Amino acid sequence: MSVKKITIEPVTRVEGHGKVTILLDESGQVSQARLHIVEFRGFERFIQGRPYWEVPVLVQRLCGICPVSHHLAAAKAMDGIVGVDQLTPTAEKIRRLMHYGQMFQSHALHFFHLVSPDLLFGFDADPTERNVIGVARKFPDLAVQGVMMRKYGQEIIKATAGKKIHGTGAVPGGVNKNLSSAERDEFLKEIDQMLAWCRGSLKIAKDYTLEHIDELADFGSFDSNHVSLVREDGAMDLYHGNLRAITKDGDNIFDQVDYQDYFKYIAEEVKSWSYMKFPFISELGPENGWYRVGPLARINTCDFIDTPEAEAARKDFLSVTDGKPNNITMAYHWARMIELLHSGEKIRELLNDSDLQGDDLMAKGERRGESVGLIEAPRGTLFHHYKVDENDQVTMANLIVSTTNNNTPMNRAVEGVARKYLSGAEITEGLLNRVEVAIRAYDPCLSCATHAMGRMPLVVELENAAGQRIDRRVRD
Amino acid sequence: MVIGYGNPGRLDDGLGPAFAESLRELDLPGVTVESNYQLNIEDAELVSRFDEVIFVDASVSAAAPFEVNALKASAPMVGFSSHSVSAESVLGLAKELFGAEPSASALAIRGRSFDGFGERLSSEARSNLARSLDYFTRRFSAVD
Repeated sequence: MSVKKITIEPVTRVEGHGKVTILLDESGQVSQARLHIVEFRGFERFIQGRPYWEVPVLVQRLCGICPVSHHLAAAKAMDGIVGVDQLTPTAEKIRRLMHYGQMFQSHALHFFHLVSPDLLFGFDADPTERNVIGVARKFPDLAVQGVMMRKYGQEIIKATAGKKIHGTGAVPGGVNKNLSSAERDEFLKEIDQMLAWCRGSLKIAKDYTLEHIDELADFGSFDSNHVSLVREDGAMDLYHGNLRAITKDGDNIFDQVDYQDYFKYIAEEVKSWSYMKFPFISELGPENGWYRVGPLARINTCDFIDTPEAEAARKDFLSVTDGKPNNITMAYHWARMIELLHSGEKIRELLNDSDLQGDDLMAKGERRGESVGLIEAPRGTLFHHYKVDENDQVTMANLIVSTTNNNTPMNRAVEGVARKYLSGAEITEGLLNRVEVAIRAYDPCLSCATHAMGRMPLVVELENAAGQRIDRRVRD
Repeated sequence: MVIGYGNPGRLDDGLGPAFAESLRELDLPGVTVESNYQLNIEDAELVSRFDEVIFVDASVSAAAPFEVNALKASAPMVGFSSHSVSAESVLGLAKELFGAEPSASALAIRGRSFDGFGERLSSEARSNLARSLDYFTRRFSAVD
């Protein structure tokens, strides 16, 4: 059967941006959708040969939005390399504060910059209005909140990691600085305001989801497995825990798996049309074992959240699905705002803990040759796996980033939207909007993308079965 | 305010941060320097505090060795990822949220090598960087 291709891709080099190819069968129906995003396996080779202590800093080259997640995942792996299984209380809490600062700024950025225009104006609003400037004009208070919340998280990162970018705070076996009382007091001054804004954001996401629940339930949604770290008692823990995988109905596939053994439970499939791998739960195979990670998965997998307001919000969230996992793609936004509130609560809790001003920053252990570090990054579970030789040089690095974990779900979401909204052989503004809305739910990391000038415009091309371009749209 | 941005781990994409670092070492009076991987929304608050802002980035298409173009605040189309914010968007937010309209321009330094990993600039990029720095320092010396 011949197919027609509808392609959505950047004008210049695809790498670092995204490309959607919608395959049509002879009758003009969508047979498959393929999302292409940056592949970064070259980065793993880039790490090889480097001394292990450089890695937590070096891996921040991977991303301009989530460098802290890579910094901490690598540091956790290198804790294992230096034989440290338990950090000092000060070191662990400083790292947690850094991590919650990262979650806070990233979730705020995603919601206000990328998603709020869709939620506040609707998918079909004029694109010249449906953007962050439009939000700033119509909802100026909300837009300022987004900027200030992002800034607050960034300042926490700066205080704990040393710098907003290329921080050096986490080192193998601990941290290299604590939080001064003066720094703590500055953050405490603003935390109540931040929490108030978190509640407001959560309300927007919740109200929107409930008001549009029928439409959203059929918008790029599908049943899936879910994977995340959970604490030993089943609580959500974004910094550390063991792996849990559940089915679409909430039944455990595996639970409390030590992530040092992740490779016994998670495998990766390669497909000819994509540079990015497709992870899956080994025992279920690639057809049935793919899974979602990120805010939606984390809310679904955990038994409870250990901060009161976020826990109340989690119960509220799950009441929509009678306590079962929520498989609605657009519910990611609601789940993300629950995590935003949770991160704010955690920041407040940590700021009131005097361990942050402790001086015992480093632990020591017996050197090992291999270790894995996992963390729940804003977009989902992040795997860092290294082998280090007797000369302290990295000989193997394997990274499974959150966006790779969500590879199959993103493709499913785009395909679902394309099936529902493609009409004829034309990429309408409405279709393009909806494809982007579906991808935005996951906010794929453009990881090691280059962002040089001249690379950002989007072009939409339509090709017929003969490979001829019959339509083209440019968005810049 | 000079903001140099790009990924130093992606070859010539590091031109913006390299420019910022070189400029910082010159310690020119009245010039504040920042660098980052990419622009972000909070940069709106940052630029709102300055009279003039120059955004410095690598370019895949500018005429070598560099181009200088005036920038105006604009409303961006919403993309599919939060991993990119344009200079025009930053200016747009500065105008809408903070009532600031600094004079703004883009210094686009032509790069050659973008496909790959490595913390190094190509010889062409190094040359273009040197010429852009020379231009910048002469221009601001002239103002003084």
